[in-house]
Amino acid sequence: MTFSKHRHSRYTSLALTEDVMSCGHTACPGCGGALSLRLAVKILAPDCVFVIPACCMAVIDGLWPISALRVPLYHTAFAATASTAVGIAAGLRSQGDLKTLVVGWAGDGGTFDIGLAALSASAARNDDYLYVCYDNEAYMNTGIQQSSATPQGAWTTTTPLPQAKTRPKKDILTLMMSHTIPYIASACVAYPDDFIRKFDTARKMRGFRFIHLFSACPPGHKSLEADTIRISRLAVDTRIFPLYEVINGKFALTLNPLLHKAGEYIKLQKRFAHWTDADIEAYQIEVDKRWEFLANLNEKRNL
Amino acid sequence: MRKVITGNHAVSYAVKLARVDVIAAYPITPQTSIVEELSEWCASGELKSEFIHTESEHSSMSSCIGASVAGARAFTATSSQGLAYMHEMLHWAAGGRLPIVMAEVNRSLAPPWTIYTDQQDSLSQRDTGWLQFYSRDNQEVLDSTILAFKIAEIVSLPAMVILDAFVLSHTSEAVDIPDQSLVDSFLPKRRAAYKVDTQNPCAFGGMKNVDSWMESRVHLQQAMDETAQIVEDETEKWFELTGRRLQPLQPYRMEDAEICILVAGTAAWTVTLAVDELRRRHIPAGSIGLWMFRPFPVVALRKLLANTKKLIVIDRSCSYGHSGIFAQECRSALFDMTPRPQVIGVIAGLGGREITSDGLVKQVEQLRMKYSAGLIEWMGVKNLA
Ligand SMILES: Cc1ncc(C[n+]2csc(CCOP(=O)(O)OP(=O)(O)O)c2C)c(N)n1
Ligand SMILES: [Mg+2]
Repeated sequence: MTFSKHRHSRYTSLALTEDVMSCGHTACPGCGGALSLRLAVKILAPDCVFVIPACCMAVIDGLWPISALRVPLYHTAFAATASTAVGIAAGLRSQGDLKTLVVGWAGDGGTFDIGLAALSASAARNDDYLYVCYDNEAYMNTGIQQSSATPQGAWTTTTPLPQAKTRPKKDILTLMMSHTIPYIASACVAYPDDFIRKFDTARKMRGFRFIHLFSACPPGHKSLEADTIRISRLAVDTRIFPLYEVINGKFALTLNPLLHKAGEYIKLQKRFAHWTDADIEAYQIEVDKRWEFLANLNEKRNL
Repeated sequence: MRKVITGNHAVSYAVKLARVDVIAAYPITPQTSIVEELSEWCASGELKSEFIHTESEHSSMSSCIGASVAGARAFTATSSQGLAYMHEMLHWAAGGRLPIVMAEVNRSLAPPWTIYTDQQDSLSQRDTGWLQFYSRDNQEVLDSTILAFKIAEIVSLPAMVILDAFVLSHTSEAVDIPDQSLVDSFLPKRRAAYKVDTQNPCAFGGMKNVDSWMESRVHLQQAMDETAQIVEDETEKWFELTGRRLQPLQPYRMEDAEICILVAGTAAWTVTLAVDELRRRHIPAGSIGLWMFRPFPVVALRKLLANTKKLIVIDRSCSYGHSGIFAQECRSALFDMTPRPQVIGVIAGLGGREITSDGLVKQVEQLRMKYSAGLIEWMGVKNLA
């Protein structure tokens, strides 16, 4: 396996520039989604337009007439991120604007579930914009209900104990790969250099670009606000949320995790509080299998 | 140029003449040939529109919303199930004050499955904040579509141009297709007052609290109120350019009519034949073809019916548990008129059941002496126990 190494942190320099998402937004303390948006918009501004459907981020931006984002933002309906984004992209193009990047920014519910048909159609058409899914693994805005991105065994208000979620998380990677699009990546705000590089790469490409973000959610995952970055790092380091990139169908893991045990991640979140040691071990096997699958994809690339 | 074309192609020609920037659509009978024709023109380069082939009508409307908020002129077409599927986004388009134009081919809603015409689909979207125009023939379809863009963009409201399934959509008639230069002079490029703009970043449609949300809907109603005058002005301009006049209410032999029959769609032509026959039988009948349903032409209706004793409203819809939708609208519009004409609601032609002039004549003769009617008179129904 080969992994890219970044000696000079672009994050350090970017962190010093003025925020494009201003303070005073209404995210919960420790919101991984808001941290991601803050960083992403800094990378992409000023020539971008955001489209946000019903989800936490639609509320976080602020109550009218206040908006925390200093780029245009169009709020759309829950299922309509992709369809609205492509409409804006086409509308701008028809007005001669070939420069502005349209960014659809949706939760896991808006992506894996209700918005999936529109997302799939848009990817299949290779529409020219960037779609970002910040995945907090449940419908958080409505109060922690399961989505098809919720991991197996997690507690949510609609998968209460003793019936925690019975089915595994939907595999968005292979789903998106089946659409033949130029760019797919996963990213995590706790690995900002990798995150920044991927948004930069996506920004410069044309066609349909998809980025899947790990998003810690203290109220929804029943974790400590101060643990958001720790949990986000562990998501990657345990190989539960591997960081990868698929450029024109070629898959590559982009970060070699430090290799922690899944249990370290699980134990910081009370949504898994009911898990026994055996549950954790069984999960570790699933995580290892998944990693092997991805490592195989990675090897194939290097043939 | 005069050309023999279907109602659907009359829409396509109008959309082309309107130089629409973005089209987003999904197939459904009997709408499909509208967008097929547009696709042909996009493919040949005759039409320079962005064409988005969506996976659903919900997405078609969402893409039109996106295009419209980017400042573009956007169009879609649908019918029946497709319109119902769009419902959420119809509110979004109107609430977002986006002048999208949609051709809506009136087809009944299943079950049972059918592809034939009635007005249940469009009237089920009555309260979404869209302008609605019902055409009697293919020429009106073309004219209404061009006018719809003009009016919608002035008042910042979306507009539905509505035509009967098959009776118009798939029936050919001679239609005058105006010159591009004429349409260009009437309908210049859209200039959006508000749009997503990186030079002037704004958030659109974000959360409003109880202290400010309601006013946005007051503004929507105000825009509807202003529309009546705009429609008068713009139809007048269109008349000057083409010699063809469209009016919210299209009266026929109403000058001395004691009985008026009101109906929308192609049946509004059929009814004029019935009026002629009734007149031959010395019954002082007249008719009104309802072109503009939203905003509802309350003042014009009262004026036209000032000396009318009886208004028979033909509905191709039903608000189940109450009565026909046009009948309800007319009753409420006329309620505080003195003297007030008696309103009789007739439901006819559901699921494409034919409305003939003979049938209308018979119905009017039956109802002529009826002074206490229930909320619904059914017409043309078989074996009703
Ligand atoms: C059509 C529709 N159904 C349901 C809702 C209610 N709703 C609003 S946000 C939301 C959950 C969003 O979940 P997700 O996309 O994962 O974003 P998150 O809130 O977790 O950030 C739901 C169910 C809605 N707004 N629209
Ligand atoms: Mg979520």
